[in-house]
Amino acid sequence: MATASDAPNQGFRLSQLIYDTRYRSLTIQVVVFILVMGGMAWLIDNTVQNLQQLGKDFNFGFLFNRAGYDIGQQLIPYTNDSTHGRAMLVGLLNTLWVSLLGCVAATVLGIVIGVLRLSNNWLVGRLMTVYVEIFRNIPVLLWILVALAFLTEVTPAPAAYRVNAETGEAQASMLLFDNVAITNRYTAVPAAEFTRGLGAIETPLAPISLNFLALAAVVIASIWFNRRLVANANKVQETTGFRPVTWWKSLLILFGPAIALLVALGFHLVPPELKGFNFTGGVNVSNAFVALWLGLTLYTAAFIAEIVRAGILAISKGQTEAAFALGLRPKRTMNLVILPQALRVIVPPLISQYLNLTKNSSLAIAVGYLDLRGTLGGITLNQTGRELEAILLMMLIYLAISLTISGAMNVYNKSVKLKER
Amino acid sequence: MKKTVFLGTLAAAGLTAGMAAATTLEDVVARGELNCGVNTGLVGFAAPDANGNWTGFDVAVCKAVAAAVLGDASKVKYVPTTGQTRFTALASGEIDVLARNTTWTFSRDTDLKLDFVGVNYYDGQGFMVRKDLGVTSAKELDGASVCIQTGTTTELNLADYFKANNMSYQPITVDSNAEGEQQYLAGACDAYTTDASGLAATRAAFADPENHVILPEIISKEPLGPAVRHGDNQWGDIVMWTLNALIAAEEYGVTSANVEELSKGTENPEINRLLGVEGELGAMIGLDKDFGKRAIMASGNYGEIFAATIGESTPIGLARGLNAQWTQGGLLYSPPFR
Repeated sequence: MATASDAPNQGFRLSQLIYDTRYRSLTIQVVVFILVMGGMAWLIDNTVQNLQQLGKDFNFGFLFNRAGYDIGQQLIPYTNDSTHGRAMLVGLLNTLWVSLLGCVAATVLGIVIGVLRLSNNWLVGRLMTVYVEIFRNIPVLLWILVALAFLTEVTPAPAAYRVNAETGEAQASMLLFDNVAITNRYTAVPAAEFTRGLGAIETPLAPISLNFLALAAVVIASIWFNRRLVANANKVQETTGFRPVTWWKSLLILFGPAIALLVALGFHLVPPELKGFNFTGGVNVSNAFVALWLGLTLYTAAFIAEIVRAGILAISKGQTEAAFALGLRPKRTMNLVILPQALRVIVPPLISQYLNLTKNSSLAIAVGYLDLRGTLGGITLNQTGRELEAILLMMLIYLAISLTISGAMNVYNKSVKLKER
Repeated sequence: MKKTVFLGTLAAAGLTAGMAAATTLEDVVARGELNCGVNTGLVGFAAPDANGNWTGFDVAVCKAVAAAVLGDASKVKYVPTTGQTRFTALASGEIDVLARNTTWTFSRDTDLKLDFVGVNYYDGQGFMVRKDLGVTSAKELDGASVCIQTGTTTELNLADYFKANNMSYQPITVDSNAEGEQQYLAGACDAYTTDASGLAATRAAFADPENHVILPEIISKEPLGPAVRHGDNQWGDIVMWTLNALIAAEEYGVTSANVEELSKGTENPEINRLLGVEGELGAMIGLDKDFGKRAIMASGNYGEIFAATIGESTPIGLARGLNAQWTQGGLLYSPPFR
């Protein structure tokens, strides 16, 4: 037997990179980094080569060329003489518009259904369960198509509203004192007009209506004053124990100035009128938009209802019992005790539902609603043949929208989070 | 250092891969099958029948090319493409030839890097409306809702036409002919616009074709033809001369019935060259000398194909019109086989 071996050589050996725990994690990181970079380099190199082979270049100049096509729904002025860039903007606004309305409606509907699902009324509770299970288990695309099919097949054509010269009657009649016409193409609603309007500021992006700005300013000021009033009432109640009557003052502050302004501007509604093939004069809300909005709303509301239910169930039963013991009725218990605490559980998953709804709005193409996917990723891509540029740009825009929503919602989440000291 | 070597190897691998890329002809022969991009379903032009077999005017082009290149007209894989996906499918190599009533335009030929090899149908954009609407001219469509397929040249023509005539319209965008048909029939639009041939084909599939009229105005030139990728001229020549063989065959009276007999040799040297009895035309484009004969045998000459798929005896009932031979006052004119 040999004597005890020498102390190990202290020099660095290559095998230490794998077997020595001091270096191993570093080795793994370096290898992974090289692999990721290599993968990216391969992808980019491949793209460049393929583009070269096809003789295509990579530039965004097409955004400044004439688009040449028309878009059904435009939130900002657009004609077929506008550029592809502007068409993209119109599409982007259409995406944001349907997403915004969808998020708002889905939230309201979702909260109502989520709360009602916990109702003690057996029938109401089960009905809501059925709603949730039906809507969240069928793909949203089908809901959108069903909504469109329903709107197109069930409602009358615009021509059905025409008065027959012989009989003096029309097949279909308008609703709400001849103000609203639901047709298989769109819902025609009255347009708002001002006889003594303030005009608009022309900007390169879109004309900004001064009437609207004035109204917004008045409403914001009214809300601020109303808050002051309520705060003052709270103060009085805390010091004297007697709460002054505020409801009529609130009503007056909230609605008085706005109504006065509308009267001063000569606000009136212009009902739509059937002229030639279609209704004109009013605003035509296309069925494609309504179908998309309805499909997204009903579908997402089912998920939000479940999130709300989970949030409410997460609050200990003791809270409810304590509130009842204090003499609060069930509705006030829900509003004052349960929901505020449930929000911190509800908000984070709600963010991802908002993101889902926004991304799902790209299904608009199925019903011919020209959103960002339909303009930039559809017609523009097809007419210019700039697949790579258009798709990359579209991905970037959706990413930016999603990050913005998620950022804004995170700020809100911080504000409703349990304050720990 | 290591990274540089690694990237260098990658780049080299990429380069060799690029250089080793085979020609389309070699690809097709190696695969033993032609990938042909067709319409998702337009009766008469390209639509699967009850047994799932594709038939139609554009499908016949695919069959002729497959017969010329592979010797078997059935060796075709039909890839249904929409107005939106067709060019990407061709550029990416998913399909070898695009035979999908595609309009030959300057920018598609140049900027989109396609090569149109000829015209198999001279078409123009028209409008279809319900008869009870009482409209007799497209000029009366001011304010109408118009169904329009997205991603097509018709979209741009429509905008131009209404602008030129100082009229307004409401575009109802649809993704495919089937969706347009459904929307039009449901009354979601007053008029449906696409190529006049497409309108006739669509109307033929209606339950009540007699209640719909195609307005007389043709608002654009739509030369429809097969397209291939830019840059592979040999493949482009093959598709071009296969199509020309079909057109020339009609001109010289070569039909699927008499091709076998004529290929034994005739007095007409042009027919002999076309059918490979004389000369080595096939070898000049990388095929054998019988390619023309096989193309004609696939589904007959141009006239036979037209009559069988979209002609006046079919439900679609299109007249030859511009698509007659030049000798009959039409525009079809094949360069000589020489």
